[in-house]
Amino acid sequence: MTEERFDAIVVGAGMSGNAAAYTMASRGLKVLQLERGEYPGSKNVQGAILYASMLETIIPDFRDDAPLERHLIEQRFWVTDDTSHTGMHYRSDDFNEPAPNRYTIIRAQFDKWFSRKVRAAGAIVLCETTVTELALDAAGKVIGVHTDRAGGVIHANVVVLAEGVNGLLGTRARFRKVPKPEAVALAVKEMHFLPEEVINERFGLTGDQGCVIEAAGTISRGMAGLGFLYTNKESISLGIGCLVSHFAATLESPYALLDAFKNHPSIRPLLAGSEIKEYAAHLIPEGGFKAIPQLFGDGWVVVGDAAQLNNAVHREGSNLAMTSGRIAGEAIAAIKSRKHPMTSDNLSLYKAMLDKSFVLKDLRKYKDMPALLHTNSRNFFTTYPQLMSQAAQNFVRVDGTPKIEKERATTAALIKARSRWGLVSDAVRLALAWR
Amino acid sequence: MTASVVRIEDKLYQNRYLVDAGRPHIKVRQHQSPSPNLLALTVVCPAKCYEVNEDGQVEVTADGCMECGTCRVLCEESGDIDWSYPRGGFGVLFKFG
Ligand SMILES: Cc1cc2nc3c(=O)[nH]c(=O)nc-3n(C[C@H](O)[C@H](O)[C@H](O)COP(=O)(O)OP(=O)(O)OC[C@H]3O[C@@H](n4cnc5c(N)ncnc54)[C@H](O)[C@@H]3O)c2cc1C
Ligand code: SF4
Repeated sequence: MTEERFDAIVVGAGMSGNAAAYTMASRGLKVLQLERGEYPGSKNVQGAILYASMLETIIPDFRDDAPLERHLIEQRFWVTDDTSHTGMHYRSDDFNEPAPNRYTIIRAQFDKWFSRKVRAAGAIVLCETTVTELALDAAGKVIGVHTDRAGGVIHANVVVLAEGVNGLLGTRARFRKVPKPEAVALAVKEMHFLPEEVINERFGLTGDQGCVIEAAGTISRGMAGLGFLYTNKESISLGIGCLVSHFAATLESPYALLDAFKNHPSIRPLLAGSEIKEYAAHLIPEGGFKAIPQLFGDGWVVVGDAAQLNNAVHREGSNLAMTSGRIAGEAIAAIKSRKHPMTSDNLSLYKAMLDKSFVLKDLRKYKDMPALLHTNSRNFFTTYPQLMSQAAQNFVRVDGTPKIEKERATTAALIKARSRWGLVSDAVRLALAWR
Repeated sequence: MTASVVRIEDKLYQNRYLVDAGRPHIKVRQHQSPSPNLLALTVVCPAKCYEVNEDGQVEVTADGCMECGTCRVLCEESGDIDWSYPRGGFGVLFKFG
């Protein structure tokens, strides 16, 4: 193995690494992919919603054999206080289309499937192999990797760092810094198993139709965070994530938070009788556009979560990972076909292509969102949700109070909690960040 | 702070691990009294791997670690801890993820 020289080494067999390895191998490049897990997916955690169109670009006929759980026909957005949720539900028969747009998946199974495609495309995939360090030449160019297997450096013309949010290699080589506690969320998640019919009945679904809930409010106890509940075929994924900096400041326990969310009166009946089969934890990049590090250098590029390419506002990550992996693969294949070396200058093609894609366009659009939500978390995640619940209750409860008084009470509660100026300025800043 | 009534052992029991006996992938630097972030790990680590010993120092037992990286983000830069991945194939093995 060490005698060989590869066109490219891909570190990691998650969404971004698989996309990159598949793209390069199917263009005839000699690709080695290294994954530290026992099998691809054994280290990876996601909600998980799969956005079809980004995978379709890579593997057009993926629906034929990919392990898809349910196609989504209903999305619920909930704002919770301790006893209630105020919701916006969107359900449409349009989503029962021949080629649905969003699916739930289970990462351990999905990643194995994706990896089979990568192998079939011609890449060599080696699991149970942790890359311990990048190998650099005297000029600082990446020339390969060191692993925890016997045998020295494995050489390649370029290394694709698809190492996920914790990306040790890139930080050890000083290509980027360890993410700041305010730029990552810690998410904890459980898998709740229930018979398929029970899930269908509880959510009003038939066949492989699916429903997902995103929830924000007092469930995060003032921290910037979101809860989610996604229906799989025979299980429900339930999780909650909040900024690491907020966990450290409030000293909330992540699993106590998850348990409280599970026992929220709006959630508990949906899970009743389930058997829990796994408890997982993972970080999510939340820093947005401003946290994106240097994306390429001499002999290397970085893709996916390792590059903080994650759109927390829309809860999109795997699609940005897949797209950045694909684009990096295309750029590398193009450079090779011109017989050019994998220098920083030439690899800047990857960044140029990424700039034109939705990945950097979307992240640029929301560049001010993280700072806004993260520094005003108590207003956005506790005060407003409580007020919203109060307003809704004032509206629906019929108790003989004249309507005009109810409306006044709602308005007064709003102003008392945040002051007129606070409300206006929050609204303006939110609008600006969303623009 | 939340008084936790949830037993973390029961949660971790559902998971699959291959522990690399005698080769912990996380180490805590020797200290007299823990820094605030190091102390926070005793609550914030989702697998409760960090605990305060009788002498008031923070210790780590990484057997139930889910390799999330929270402790790394909070305590690596300061040198409070040393964080690596387990050797290939070892550590947590998510069945679903
Ligand atoms: C709870 C949760 C819910 C989410 N929900 C959604 C969702 O619904 N939809 C969505 O689109 N996104 C979601 N995301 C985000 C999404 O999971 C990520 O954006 C995506 O997995 C990133 O892919 P990646 O390839 O960059 O990293 P990963 O999928 O993390 O892959 C990195 C891989 O590299 C391997 N690796 C790392 N270092 C080394 C090394 N040194 N040697 C060998 N191998 C190494 C790891 O083992 C891993 O397999 C969610 C994330 C979480 C945590
Ligand atoms: S990586 Fe996560 S689970 Fe492991 S010890 Fe650190 S905080 Fe705990």
